[in-house]
Amino acid sequence: MLQTFFNLDILRQAWPILLAGLGNTVLLSVVVVPLGLLGGLVLSLLAGVRNPWVRWPLMAWVDFFRAFPPLVLLIFLYAGSPFIGLELSGFTCVCIAFFLNTGAYYGEILRAGIESVPTGQIDAARSTGLGRFQTSLYVVLPQAVRNVLPDLLSNTLEVIKLTSLGSVVAMPELLFQARQAQSVTYNPTPIVLAALVYFVMLWPLVRLLSRLENRAVARA
Amino acid sequence: MGNWERFLDTFFNPKVMAKYLPDIAYGMLITVELAALVIVTGLAAGLALALLRSLGFRPVNLLLVFVVDLFRALPPLVIIVFIYFGLPTLELSPSGFVSTWLSLALVLMAFSEEIFWAGITSIPKGQWEAARSTGLSYGQTLINVVLPQALRLTIPPLTNRTIAITKGTALASVVAVSEILGMASSAVSNSYNPSPLTLGAGAYLVLFFPMVVFGRWLETRMRWKR
Repeated sequence: MLQTFFNLDILRQAWPILLAGLGNTVLLSVVVVPLGLLGGLVLSLLAGVRNPWVRWPLMAWVDFFRAFPPLVLLIFLYAGSPFIGLELSGFTCVCIAFFLNTGAYYGEILRAGIESVPTGQIDAARSTGLGRFQTSLYVVLPQAVRNVLPDLLSNTLEVIKLTSLGSVVAMPELLFQARQAQSVTYNPTPIVLAALVYFVMLWPLVRLLSRLENRAVARA
Repeated sequence: MGNWERFLDTFFNPKVMAKYLPDIAYGMLITVELAALVIVTGLAAGLALALLRSLGFRPVNLLLVFVVDLFRALPPLVIIVFIYFGLPTLELSPSGFVSTWLSLALVLMAFSEEIFWAGITSIPKGQWEAARSTGLSYGQTLINVVLPQALRLTIPPLTNRTIAITKGTALASVVAVSEILGMASSAVSNSYNPSPLTLGAGAYLVLFFPMVVFGRWLETRMRWKR
């Protein structure tokens, strides 16, 4: 059993390959998380606009991309783009798909955060002479982010886990590298190792989230 | 042919779509089947774990929290790949369908256990004490007093999480299950036209868009009634 799932020889061989994959997973996360946050921020600020011509299409946009499995979006971009003469790389496809998908999720979370700040605060800030933009930046957003911090972190965890989809479009991230190593060695040890790396990397975040959630429940 | 017509001919080719519509419809059936299995088993297992946790055996709970953390931290695709490619070395060869079902059900179990547990702990201790002092047993208190209130609280977060995890059925295409995405992908390579993907995307929207809208409605409805 140990020889099969935790073969030390294969472990030694696979480690450098997995390490390169881990580097790419981290790199990918560092790119897509801020990208998604940026998209979400724009969506959430637009959600404050009362005009129904902005409001309804925006809500449809968000629900559309929340209903769409990210893998379907990714495959659509990756397999579909060559047909219109665009050869998008796996990396570009992942970035676009994640921007659309996670942007919608971050947008919903930030919108809830912004709505949780009492309107009296906005009136007060405006009456002291702050502009609309200044009010958003200095008064509303800091409190909004604090109020929905557990949800933001939870979504970030999901986004980092989702980077494993990159393996489907041949991005050499952690899971892809593990599968390469596994198919060369005919042994599942690289996959076990990759799972272990994911777990070690993300466990602290899961623990933190669990505590934050419990505290939120205790307060309610 | 203008650019627009060429675009339509590429992504919305009626001939190709008509040809592969039965395939996509069959894929939809598989997706629904897989999703239903994941939802029922995942939620049942999650509730069972939360109830087990409420009994308060420390060693059991430590193990339980570890299992929950494990399946919250691992990407679902990694679990699927492990079960599908890793277990056959043990003479067990789960099909792609079973691998995906098992993986997603474990993930949903972990997330729903957390939510159920949060719901149970949100019921004040005084209610437990009051119920027990009227002569209700532990089980009766749990079933008749605590759970009805706890479950109400958990419905909106549970719905959203369930939708998010159920969308993961598309991952089954990676392990050769002929669900919507798997069917659409093979149709694209057979017909050398991406229209089946458009059709597949439409099928996902038909299945999941109403669920997302329903989740949003639940959230707003329940927000002020806590």
